[in-house]
Amino acid sequence: MTQTKQFGPLTRLLMNDAAGRKLLLILVLMAVFIPLSNLLLPEGSFFHVSTYTMTLLGKYLCYALLAIAVDLIWGYCGILSLGHGAFFALGGYAMGMYLMRQIGDRGVYGNPELPDFMVFLNWTELPWYWLGFDQFWFAMLMVLLAPGILAFVFGALAFRSRVTGVYLSIITQALTYALLLAFFRNDMGFGGNNGLTDFKDILGYSLQSDNTRAVLFVASVLALILGYLISRFIVTSKLGRVLVAIRDSESRARFLGYRVEHYKLFVFVVSSMLAGVAGALYVPQVGIINPGEFAPINSIEIIIWVAVGGRGTLFGAVIGAMLVNYAKTYFTGAFAELWLFMLGGLFVLTTLYLPKGVVGLWAQLKEKYQAEAEDNPPALNTETQSKAAPEQQDKLNFVQGEKV
Amino acid sequence: MSLQTPKHIDNPAVLYMDGVSVSFDGFKALNSLSMVIAPGEMRAIIGPNGAGKTTMMDVITGKTRPDTGTIIFTDNANSQHDLTRFDEADVANLGVGRKFQKPSVIESLTVFENLEMSLKGGRSIWQALLHKLTAEKAQKLDEILDMIDLADKRDELAGNLSHGQKQWLEIGMLLGQEPQLLLIDEPAAGMTDEETMKTAELFKRLAQKHSLMVVEHDMDFIEALDCKVTVLHEGHVLAEGSLATVKANPQVIEVYLGR
Repeated sequence: MTQTKQFGPLTRLLMNDAAGRKLLLILVLMAVFIPLSNLLLPEGSFFHVSTYTMTLLGKYLCYALLAIAVDLIWGYCGILSLGHGAFFALGGYAMGMYLMRQIGDRGVYGNPELPDFMVFLNWTELPWYWLGFDQFWFAMLMVLLAPGILAFVFGALAFRSRVTGVYLSIITQALTYALLLAFFRNDMGFGGNNGLTDFKDILGYSLQSDNTRAVLFVASVLALILGYLISRFIVTSKLGRVLVAIRDSESRARFLGYRVEHYKLFVFVVSSMLAGVAGALYVPQVGIINPGEFAPINSIEIIIWVAVGGRGTLFGAVIGAMLVNYAKTYFTGAFAELWLFMLGGLFVLTTLYLPKGVVGLWAQLKEKYQAEAEDNPPALNTETQSKAAPEQQDKLNFVQGEKV
Repeated sequence: MSLQTPKHIDNPAVLYMDGVSVSFDGFKALNSLSMVIAPGEMRAIIGPNGAGKTTMMDVITGKTRPDTGTIIFTDNANSQHDLTRFDEADVANLGVGRKFQKPSVIESLTVFENLEMSLKGGRSIWQALLHKLTAEKAQKLDEILDMIDLADKRDELAGNLSHGQKQWLEIGMLLGQEPQLLLIDEPAAGMTDEETMKTAELFKRLAQKHSLMVVEHDMDFIEALDCKVTVLHEGHVLAEGSLATVKANPQVIEVYLGR
């Protein structure tokens, strides 16, 4: 098999990715049916999806994109960023600034130029860094550039000095914490403690209308699909294999002649931009962006999503983000005080018992099932347990003991 | 990449080291080390633990910068490079391959993917992103697979290989880089006798096209290589010559057996 067949670009991306194909199918179906049922079916109908649910799902989709961004660097290149929330928040602020300018003279103070908080601070003119944000295209450019440039500068310094492992994690954490403190300050010009809120329109369409909500939902699905495909393009290329080489044996990659710091920087910047886009879609759906988004705990939560889903698979990150956030929505409603303990417990349990996450567990079960089906004719199935490795045997006993 | 051309040397050696010293916290790991490797030469390096063998490789491959001394490498195009100015990736791309003592292959990639990644060229981000395997390269990969006896393991994960096979895969990855000079650290460690002898044969074949510098403890292996031997001790060259001459050298005997 010296001759490799040539495939079309999309085929190559999804050829060996059955789970990814299913994921994309589900996403496309969601993008079509959820907005339709929200807009066309009467509210009493069983199949009606409320605007609240649609917006909530839209929020999860943004988180899923953020999780993909983190999986790209952590799962494939071993860069454990504990500050990725910062890039998400920067994308969110860029969008928030555009939405603030869209308010125009409908603010409390009725100033056509200045957002309310600036009037409140007795500012007389727009700071230079707010210029241009009344243009949608400029704001969207900044959604990519603000996180991208920060990631580039930060990454260039860190990777050049060969900061790796836990040290890198700590400085990424410090980065997001520093931004948290900076954005809390009123004189930074980003609304301080309250952040940016009271948004009215996007591109002239009211954010309160179901139609706009539906469009934002579809945009979130499309962004997630696009983010998935971009990441998939990267990890299935030779560059992706170099990233894995860097993850598994950084010095081997160096002695093979690869500039490790360039590769890390590239994937870090791409990842930060994906996170920025996720933040930009998140803000109009939740209606606010404030410095709390920079909180270190947020960045750590992203890591938990990816770990729970299963790192290094991309679709695992999506599943993890959806699962954990659904659990969060449910449990913060039902047992608010317990949620953080549950989240911590979840991380510990995942690390101990599910090193490959939910996705890995699924693959393990499937493999086991197939092996059993092949090894044993159905009649002998009762004996299969004794064939399990001693470790697994213990777990099996444990599980059975519980059942009995 | 701008490459420097230092002073011209007649009849260039592939590797020319002169007065190379490195110290860590006052400990002299290399003490005015000098050595010349000729084109197509195979050289075995022996020496007791702490003699500076690994540090020497670190210095040649740009991992450690020497305090003093010159290291000049002559590439295929006969231009000369002062290796002390470059880092690992540059040195690798100039044509120096390095094999570690512990087999370091990428365990979560297949044998084929490991080799494909090692192939010369295409080191930049964009080349890697848009990389396509040409027929010519595929053929080259098949040749390497045959040479290292792993053709039937082509699509196996490197992590599933035996220790000896991993060592061979790593040697295959060096060949993919098409280096002029191969630095090989204890290739026979952990190999069966049969594998050791097969490896010695492979190296002899390689020496026809490449220069090899092999660090090894296993005397049978060195005997099988049948090449010039350099004995390192306390960071400098203690003796040089055929294995028999070196073995008869009283200083060498003292270092290995005495004290």
